[in-house]
Amino acid sequence: MTSAPPADARGRARRSRGDSRRGDNVFFNLSRGSGILLLVVMAAIAGFLAYRSFLALGKNEGNFLTTFEWTPDATEPVFGIAVLTFGTLVSAFVAMVIAVPVAVGIALFISHYAPRRIAQPFAYLVDLLAAVPSIVYGLWGVLFLVPHMDGLTGWMDQYLGWTYVFDQSSTGVPPRNLFTVGILLAIMVLPIITAVTREVFRQVPRMHEEAALALGATRWEMIRTAVLPFGRPGIISASMLGLGRALGETIAVATVLSTNSQLSLHLLDPGGGTFAQNIALKFNEAQPLGRDALMASGLVLFVITLLVNGAARMIIARRKEYSGAAA
Amino acid sequence: MAKRIDVSGLSAYYGSTRAIDDISMTIEPRSVTAFIGPSGCGKSTFLRTLNRMHEVIPGARVEGKVLLDDENLYGANVDPVAVRRSVGMVFQRPNPFPTMSIYDNVVAGLKLAGVKKKSVLDGVVEKSLQGANLWNEVKDRLGKPGAGLSGGQQQRLCIARAIAVEPEVLLMDEPCSALDPISTLAIEDLIGELKSQFTIVIVTHNMQQAARVSDRTAFFNLAGVGQPGKLVELDDTQRIFSNPSVQATEDYISGRFG
Repeated sequence: MTSAPPADARGRARRSRGDSRRGDNVFFNLSRGSGILLLVVMAAIAGFLAYRSFLALGKNEGNFLTTFEWTPDATEPVFGIAVLTFGTLVSAFVAMVIAVPVAVGIALFISHYAPRRIAQPFAYLVDLLAAVPSIVYGLWGVLFLVPHMDGLTGWMDQYLGWTYVFDQSSTGVPPRNLFTVGILLAIMVLPIITAVTREVFRQVPRMHEEAALALGATRWEMIRTAVLPFGRPGIISASMLGLGRALGETIAVATVLSTNSQLSLHLLDPGGGTFAQNIALKFNEAQPLGRDALMASGLVLFVITLLVNGAARMIIARRKEYSGAAA
Repeated sequence: MAKRIDVSGLSAYYGSTRAIDDISMTIEPRSVTAFIGPSGCGKSTFLRTLNRMHEVIPGARVEGKVLLDDENLYGANVDPVAVRRSVGMVFQRPNPFPTMSIYDNVVAGLKLAGVKKKSVLDGVVEKSLQGANLWNEVKDRLGKPGAGLSGGQQQRLCIARAIAVEPEVLLMDEPCSALDPISTLAIEDLIGELKSQFTIVIVTHNMQQAARVSDRTAFFNLAGVGQPGKLVELDDTQRIFSNPSVQATEDYISGRFG
């Protein structure tokens, strides 16, 4: 019995060898197909946006890049992205300035400071923040954050007003401004950045941490010499993921920000606009030309996101030989 | 600057598991002492208790005393960070900081200690790399990443990094086990030179290496799997390898072990 396995067992063995080769093929084609599919979808989005933009831009009576107004459905269509570009970049910038240091801090706490008992539930809690729908953030922003901003904005106006940026020229109106939006976006991107940097920090090889400790590093010095430099590319990648979300966030921004077509460097004054918010607000009432014009602004957002990601890749690649990948 | 190490009644634990049991020994300054023994006998654990690196593992703790000259490393007011500055360590796998240049790797310990003056750092880099027999190979590319060197060069870079802070004791945990024979020889020659300045303790699985580099050899053993490791004997290397006083030592070094 043991020396001569039954025929069906041998058949199964042969079949399973054949299966594994077929499995290789299936898997190869599946993964290649997924890759191609991604490129096709990207190309389709870009092509669609470019085509509709082309239709709209031909009829624009204003300068698309420098015009403040957005009136594509007027008899003399005029629309431009100056306010939207400014608002999008500024609110995302504020969000990153707040979110990245906090996220790195939380990630370090989870990966290197907190006892395991606390770290696991805490990490889970942060992940949960990512699952909250953005309309909920928007409602919380307009119902809670906006009415409670006075203390902070007053303080900033008083002590940081000299920077011009934080000078509050209008008082008594709710702070539905780019700065508040930036804070809200920071909270929204926090879990993404935290989750990715946390995983990167966990992967720092034990031997690099021990090398620092054995030289007489304190825990913080060990983190500074071994963990943060090793995690740097990961922190950048994580920030880019978060930035992508901040640039494209729609509903939360549309709920909080009061709209006007003014471009003001006073970030604490209400008003402004972002690409995604503008599309969400205007799309329903837009005429065909208005829709195409919104597509054109969408294309710009698409390009900005690509440029930002490209810049991040370059920063990572520039220090590749120091990345630790060679070790 | 080399100091005597005097260990008495030292046991080390991982959680509730006792890894080494009641070890006492004296290690003379400016000598090389080799630890040999089968895997799991606790020789690396014991080595790591000598600069308080054992306790960086969660749940790990130590009982007993380690005197460096007259100072107890496990005294109530002793800062483990300060201990590690005076007792340097070289690890099994070369671990230069991958994000740093050769230069920055060598001065990493000094920078932690707050030394910032460029002229001082330059001098230490040259002296330490000379001391690690690496200067001639890397002097033209000090700004290049340390991870770009060969394994043997990386290990000598780690030795340079360890001696740059002028420790009193240098601990080496199987420093050649990841290296080829030629690099191994370079490290062994280096150990012979370094012992004029430092007290050196080396863990090795290679008995020829222990015989070649050390003045004294300690043999560790364990009664069985899961049992704590014990020091069987510590004697002059020549005596351990020719005429050990314990039968188990002779069995181990002659390959009749187990």
